Amino acid sequence: MKALDRKLLRDLWGLKTQVVSIALVIACGIGGFIGSLSTHGSLVWSRDNYYDTARFPHVFANAKRAPLSLAERIRAIPGVVEVETRVVRDAQLSLPGVVPPMIARLIGFDFEHPAGMNRLTLRSGRWPAPGVRGEVVVNQRFLEARHLALGQGMNVLLNGKLERLTLVGTVLTPEYIYATRGGGMPDDEWFAVLWTDAKSLAAAFNMEGAFNSVLLRLAKNTSPERAVEALDAILEPYGGFGAVGREDQVSHKILTQEINQQRVFGTVLPAIFLLVAAFILNVVLHRQVNAQRGEIAALKALGYEERRIAAHYVKFAAVIVVLGVAIGIGLGWWLGNAMTGLYTDFFHFPQFHYRLEPWLVLTGAGAALAAAVGGALAAIHGVVRLKAAEALRPPAPAEFRPLLLERLGYVHVLTSSQRMIMRNLERKPMRAAITVAGIAGSVAILIGGTFWADAIEWFIDVQFGHVQRADVNIAFAEPVSRNVRLELERLPGVQQAEVTRAIPVRLRAGHRSYRTAITGVADDAALMRILDAELRESKPVPGGVLLTARLAERLDVRPGDRLFAELLEGKRVKTEVRVTGTVREMAGMNAWMRLDELNRLAREGDVVSSAGLLVERAQEPALLEALKQVPAAAVVIVNRTLLDTFRATSARNVLFFTAILSAFAATIAVGVVYNNARIQLAERAWELASLRVLGFTRREVSVLLLGELALEIAAAIPLGFLAGFWLAALLIALMIHDVMEFPLVIFPATYLYAGAIVAAAGLVSALIVRVRIDRLDLVAVLKTRE
Amino acid sequence: MGEAEVHALRGVDLEIRAGEFIVLLGPSGSGKSTLLNLLGGLDTPTSGTVRFKDHDLSGASEAELTRYRREHVGFVFQFYNLIPALTARENVELVTDIAASPMSAAEALEWVGLAERMDHFPSQLSGGEQQRVAIARAVAKRPDVLLCDEPTGALDYETGKLVLEVIAKINAELHTTAMVITHNAAISGMADRVLRLGNGRIVGEEKPARKLTPAEISW
Repeated sequence: MKALDRKLLRDLWGLKTQVVSIALVIACGIGGFIGSLSTHGSLVWSRDNYYDTARFPHVFANAKRAPLSLAERIRAIPGVVEVETRVVRDAQLSLPGVVPPMIARLIGFDFEHPAGMNRLTLRSGRWPAPGVRGEVVVNQRFLEARHLALGQGMNVLLNGKLERLTLVGTVLTPEYIYATRGGGMPDDEWFAVLWTDAKSLAAAFNMEGAFNSVLLRLAKNTSPERAVEALDAILEPYGGFGAVGREDQVSHKILTQEINQQRVFGTVLPAIFLLVAAFILNVVLHRQVNAQRGEIAALKALGYEERRIAAHYVKFAAVIVVLGVAIGIGLGWWLGNAMTGLYTDFFHFPQFHYRLEPWLVLTGAGAALAAAVGGALAAIHGVVRLKAAEALRPPAPAEFRPLLLERLGYVHVLTSSQRMIMRNLERKPMRAAITVAGIAGSVAILIGGTFWADAIEWFIDVQFGHVQRADVNIAFAEPVSRNVRLELERLPGVQQAEVTRAIPVRLRAGHRSYRTAITGVADDAALMRILDAELRESKPVPGGVLLTARLAERLDVRPGDRLFAELLEGKRVKTEVRVTGTVREMAGMNAWMRLDELNRLAREGDVVSSAGLLVERAQEPALLEALKQVPAAAVVIVNRTLLDTFRATSARNVLFFTAILSAFAATIAVGVVYNNARIQLAERAWELASLRVLGFTRREVSVLLLGELALEIAAAIPLGFLAGFWLAALLIALMIHDVMEFPLVIFPATYLYAGAIVAAAGLVSALIVRVRIDRLDLVAVLKTRE
Repeated sequence: MGEAEVHALRGVDLEIRAGEFIVLLGPSGSGKSTLLNLLGGLDTPTSGTVRFKDHDLSGASEAELTRYRREHVGFVFQFYNLIPALTARENVELVTDIAASPMSAAEALEWVGLAERMDHFPSQLSGGEQQRVAIARAVAKRPDVLLCDEPTGALDYETGKLVLEVIAKINAELHTTAMVITHNAAISGMADRVLRLGNGRIVGEEKPARKLTPAEISW
């Protein structure tokens, strides 16, 4: 080994705690990067692999009732390679002991000759026996959410007739990875997907020889738009509700959005870590190089070139990076495995599959190395270029000047200690700035990573406290007279009833189209309100539709523009409507209209399709019982129950990420504070030891050094709050998607938590350094020049 | 192989009276600094006792030593050891802030002839001026003992003499016990008593017949 390399190893060993703390910051960045992106990659792979093996369709459509003979025409659509028709119906489901109503989605299935698409994976139990009436398999998530056992019996209201069904097995399907009735929230406890014998289901709903759901698989590289359009045209006379491609299939949409969040997390947050690591390395190397001026001069005098000396210090940084990257790869692998496991479990993919792709490791390592070498080169630039003779002289004595405060005339407001602290800060503003930025960065990461829980809580609060204020929502199977409101108000416990009309629609603007529903609301609507994230209320005005801003963006329309609307129900009116305004709603892709205007547009008279009820809590069971006797009330949802499920699912993930991010942020804070304190100590050991000789106690001397850090931390935390707010805004902007838009809401507790974690990390680092202050060599300072 | 024990001082028996001016001479490694460290409360002996008035310093804890230094000892270092972030006056205030009955910083600086340069930072002062600030800092607390380690070691001849004058004046007028460590034998003319150290022992002790003023000595 060359002598210079031996020096490198000894220098590294001498600074081992600092080396490790910097390596750990790098490791967090690399770990976060590799962990998140490998999770993203693994989940995409798992999803696509599952879609392939289970033959997930490319196009989905529903109609009212179409003859089976139509399948041939559909198969003739260019690009279509496979067509599957089936009967799917939603029905009220009741389980012993559960009062709020549940919904069962019944899917007709030929268990003897299973269809080619949406293949079911049997997870437990068995398939229904041929010819035995009432045996069904259920989606695994429902069984688990409800803690049911196989063999469980339940009642389903099939076309007005109560039918007894028995669960004999649980299954997975790519179609309901996310099982929801469309609200965008996982709804496992209240929404069961049941596969039952196709023939008996068709018989129960008078659908023999007909279908109401069709699935298509397309040839490779066929875009779904044309098939969607052709399919819509074929199904139109049979009450088609508008076909959608995978992109708008509910389960796929939510799943993909969840997966893509990993990509945002995996790039934004690690970038901050690497930046901070580069800064710390820069400061540490700067100190190292300055302390070794004499050695550098000696090396030069011995004939070493600048290049080799520079390379020596770059190697110093490189060793730290390699250490950090090595730990980071391990950490990333562990994190990726854990997160992929968490999601696989959450999504119920049939197989757990984690893969760490080499390009991720290489990219991560490359980025870390580039950041570190950049930081190192900036630090060593000046000193390495010094002339040998110049470098041999000690650096010019530190120059100080009175503080700004003192120059302004306030000379005696500070004690000597405070003056020393302040002047040191003022003399090295760059270093103080880097320290403050690093600590603020860790506060920001904590806030950016954990505010989601606040956003979700706020979302729930707005959605269920202000937007959907009804306790119970009812969807009618067919449009009913608006007067139903009076009947509903007479039911037990109902304090207020409100009716709305929703008509499925395909909206078109130029070549863009989107399938949604137009909701007609009464002028005086109070239980269903249209609010933006700041809780400002909008009302549809006469003469057009009010769109969720996201929907307007997707259709590329602005207020005043015209849209082509195809109503997909009733008289299937096709007409132009004007966009009267947009509203930044947090959830959904909605189109709103005044109720009377929508009914005029649909030419259906004064009808409604759903109702919201404000209910006295104690009377809720009686009301739900009474609603069972209202045959038109096809779907009844108790909002409170939805909420509980949603909170429970999000809580688990939030906890995991909060824990990980807290550890990461603490690592940064420790890395910054500790390294800074060590450098300060090295630079001022002589001064501090002199003070000790003069009779200053350990405590008094520690205050001088740590006081500066305390000030920096105190300044950094509020800055970190601000940076955290911006980081949260950035993350939200990057994660915008169809189903919902997270509000930028950060509760005070989140700020407090982030500040406390970082302050605690700072305190721990300070205490470690305090031990070193206590061990200052008092005798040596008398004999050496600084 | 074990570590060989090296004794920096062996069998030193020394009594210093209040107000004495002592010069400690000896080559490098003779134990001068170790003796100064023991007397200054920077170190404790492995065996034997060190007493200051009725305090036993040999078994003192770190906190007790700190208090001893704070209350009774003034140090002057070879390299001044001023705090660069503080002005001359503030460097002195460092000590007056924590001492029981100090003189004012201005008074101390006047003593060393630096009243005019009180508000300068160390980087704006010459070496001799810096050393005089260090002396002002050492005497401001009215210490019982003034310990000077090579106070002229880093200074030129003229400046060195100026600094010695200040030390002599303090010894004479404040009756502060002064001990000066030096390589410079010429300084011994100023002493009440001169101690020579070699190999960790006191190898010679002399009392000059007449105490010279700094102006009278030269080297």
